[in-house]
Amino acid sequence: MAVQRSSSGEGERPARREGSGPRRQYFRRRKVCKFCEEKIDVIDYKDVKLVGEFVSERGKILPRRLTGTCSPHQRALAMAIKRARNIALLPFAAAV
Amino acid sequence: MRNYEIMFIVRPDVADEEVDKLIAQFEGVATGAGGKIEKTEKLGRRRLAYRIARQREGFYVLFKLQGGGDMVKEFERRLKVTDTVIKFISVRMDEALERAEKYKALRAKQESKRRRSKPAPPAPAAPAAPASTEQAQA
Repeated sequence: MAVQRSSSGEGERPARREGSGPRRQYFRRRKVCKFCEEKIDVIDYKDVKLVGEFVSERGKILPRRLTGTCSPHQRALAMAIKRARNIALLPFAAAV
Repeated sequence: MRNYEIMFIVRPDVADEEVDKLIAQFEGVATGAGGKIEKTEKLGRRRLAYRIARQREGFYVLFKLQGGGDMVKEFERRLKVTDTVIKFISVRMDEALERAEKYKALRAKQESKRRRSKPAPPAPAAPAAPASTEQAQA
């Protein structure tokens, strides 16, 4: 998987590249789970400011590959988002 | 005994005193059904993420309760028949809290293990101390 990725064409992901040097390696910031970092054990559905960070503009739950959330926390987060939606703290679908 | 959180939304056109009355009434419902009230909180008027009962705003009220499933059942039944309440959610909290407790204990154990294996002071204390002396000098 990793080999395939590094040998893939140059023009495929130009947006992620930083700098314009000849080196093909780019340095992406290592994503870490916010909840592990800040030691948030209970993801509270009432905390709209926190939970709202993990929702797209349209109100969709952001995937782990974008946010870097770890698997157990993503599960708990999804639960919290769904609860928040239920009580109208977050939208099910936001108009764009 | 289980821990529950019940949150409900009151119509925005209800007066503040009415909300207080409603809260007192539901406190009675909870204790009457054999529950214990940990906390009641008025979270205040908020914009709703979507319209409920043709309202765009709502008054959020939060109850933290201890009790059994029967209490929640009765509480929910009363919420349903109350016209001024437009939406509610009840969440069981004790399982999540227990899990959090477990993680906290696990972290504390790891922390102490790390400290024992390395005689150096823990990371957060080290940068804090020189910083404070610098400030004192400056």
